[in-house]
Amino acid sequence: MAIFIDADTRVICQGITGSFGALHTKGCLHYGTKLVGGVTPGKGGSADANGLPIYDTVRDAAGATGADATMIFVPPPFAADAVLEAADAGLRVICCITEGVPVRDMVRTRAALDEINQGRPASERQVLIGPNCPGVITPGPKSGSGESASDPYTRSGCKIGIMPGYIHTHASEAESGLAVGIVSRSGTLTYEAVWQTSNAGLGQTTCVGIGGDPVRGVGFIECLERFQADPDTAGVLMIGEIGGTDEEEAAAWAKAHMTKPLAAFIAGRTAPPGRRMGHAGAIIAGGQGDAESKIAALRANGFEIAETPADMGAAMARAMGLG
Amino acid sequence: MKVHEYQARELLADAGVPVPPGRVIESVEDAAAAYKAVTSEAGVSLAVVKAQVHAGGRGKAGFVKLVRTPEEATAAARHMLTHRMISPQTPPEGLEVRKLLIAAGVSIAHEYYLAVTTDRATRRNILIASAEGGVEIEKVAAENPDAILKEPIHPLMGLQPHQARRVAFGLGLSGKQVGQAVRVMLALAGAYDRLDCSLAEINPLIVTPPVGDHPDGQVLAIDAKFNFDDNALFRQKRVAAMFDPAEENPMELRAQRFGLNYIALDGTIGCLVNGAGLAMATMDIIKHYGGEPANFLDVGGSATEEAVTEGFRIILADDAVRGVLVNIFGGIMRCDVIAQAIVNAAKEVGFTVPLVVRLEGTNVEEGRRILQAAKGDIPTMQPATDLADAARKVAAAVG
Repeated sequence: MAIFIDADTRVICQGITGSFGALHTKGCLHYGTKLVGGVTPGKGGSADANGLPIYDTVRDAAGATGADATMIFVPPPFAADAVLEAADAGLRVICCITEGVPVRDMVRTRAALDEINQGRPASERQVLIGPNCPGVITPGPKSGSGESASDPYTRSGCKIGIMPGYIHTHASEAESGLAVGIVSRSGTLTYEAVWQTSNAGLGQTTCVGIGGDPVRGVGFIECLERFQADPDTAGVLMIGEIGGTDEEEAAAWAKAHMTKPLAAFIAGRTAPPGRRMGHAGAIIAGGQGDAESKIAALRANGFEIAETPADMGAAMARAMGLG
Repeated sequence: MKVHEYQARELLADAGVPVPPGRVIESVEDAAAAYKAVTSEAGVSLAVVKAQVHAGGRGKAGFVKLVRTPEEATAAARHMLTHRMISPQTPPEGLEVRKLLIAAGVSIAHEYYLAVTTDRATRRNILIASAEGGVEIEKVAAENPDAILKEPIHPLMGLQPHQARRVAFGLGLSGKQVGQAVRVMLALAGAYDRLDCSLAEINPLIVTPPVGDHPDGQVLAIDAKFNFDDNALFRQKRVAAMFDPAEENPMELRAQRFGLNYIALDGTIGCLVNGAGLAMATMDIIKHYGGEPANFLDVGGSATEEAVTEGFRIILADDAVRGVLVNIFGGIMRCDVIAQAIVNAAKEVGFTVPLVVRLEGTNVEEGRRILQAAKGDIPTMQPATDLADAARKVAAAVG
């Protein structure tokens, strides 16, 4: 089990003929993802370098391939439209990697998605992950070198995004035999966390990069909710950063609803107020959203805190009584 | 992106928000004429001279001056254009002032605060207003939250007149003031959306005492601040053209041209990292081990060898840097690209300070091989096994 995606998830890539889309389509195929096609308007009927069929519209692609998830690499001015096109085609998981989407576009797109999902139970919602995120991965046991699509790294995992696949570990190959869920606002810091949990003898059920933008798709709480319900997830590591109050809200939610071991790290303890540190969301304004208040809220609500970014794997292990 | 007050006033005026007459000058000689123009236009003798810099605290620093004659205007202009402005919000050495706004003075019966911003929690734009204008809104929010009125703005419908009326009455406005304030609020919310702002603030919005054709007083915007969503500048040509490079840190601008995200800080340890979150976390761990980061530098995922080399040039150009930490977790970014850039930078600039390198992820073996081969040329370099090891080593090296 896992959350959002698994070995059966069929994935298309919107923007498959762009340089990033093409590069990461290949990366996902080599990992073992069931990538079944792509979309580039005007190039329908052709195929990409891997022989995947290309369609003009997401509806065409979904209809012909049975895809239920998409990975979006469309440039920022067109990314919001790409998300809405995927939603319109009924795709269940919409993962938008694109960095630099205007906030105004996301405010409107998120409102439209919320309207689509209104009244649906969690399992039937169409989920947006991102934008400005590394994606989502459900690791599988290692099966091959990962150097080609015919010798994939795993045959039962699914990687939708730009993360290096090999750092992830399936529970069956973890020293402890246990796997945790990881949810993060950051990209490379997530890799660091994955690497550390793998080195600490833990596998990962699913790792979700929710993205660094102020307005985005799924947040911490939606991921915590699913990790809590997933029988294979033995604990959750949450990686937040300065800006906004998402971590505080997630901490309060977790106290009321979670029974699994929890650990957290907050980046940006030393960031100067009012400066945007790379992520549009990472800004401390008006005394709200600083690292110390987030850490205090998480600690008060039962999270084991990683004191430094080198302590993330160990903090997760401590929370699970393995440290 | 930030713009100057005079530019924000221009955008407000275009949106239909009334502002007192104003002129922008760049030399002392133009002060008297500007004073005469704005005072005669408004039919008053009072004017205000305001330094145009991207930092607050101008009033207390003496860079906002009321003047009553052309001579006073000239004297104020001379002071501001020949002295650096130092306030709690500027660097210790202060900021050079290049432009001044000279605006007609107005009589004030009451001051209000009005702003639109994006509320992350509700994922909506939100109108914020307070009858306690002219002061720091953060202070009001902390000390007297009930004094702040909020209206969420529908993403498609925009701010509705009934919402603006509710706010106007809530602020205690009456008579013809209400209609005027409603028009200002609708205009501000409209401009926020149309111009892809991240903050549109009028502080203070004022009501004048009764004057000729305004028996209930006139509603005017006295000071304005607009910040914009950098990600939307591609479709905001006019706003993008307002960018003032003179207000930016030259090193940050240089980094920007190479697609690097660099922020200068006060410490002694230069950092080069891929990814914003990891870069922030690297600063945190340096501090944890007793060091002080000299900068935030995220080289991103797709930087070329040349861009990364430029990153090293920028870090090493900072005289305060006494040690450098490279922390790379290769995903899209390949470790061999970073290693080659280190070799290039060593050849070109030379690492005279300690250099600690931690590489992990994509192509790490190749990256380590490149560095091993170049070891003789970079005597100050030492490898680190993980993040904690790297931070410990660099903090120890700079003492």
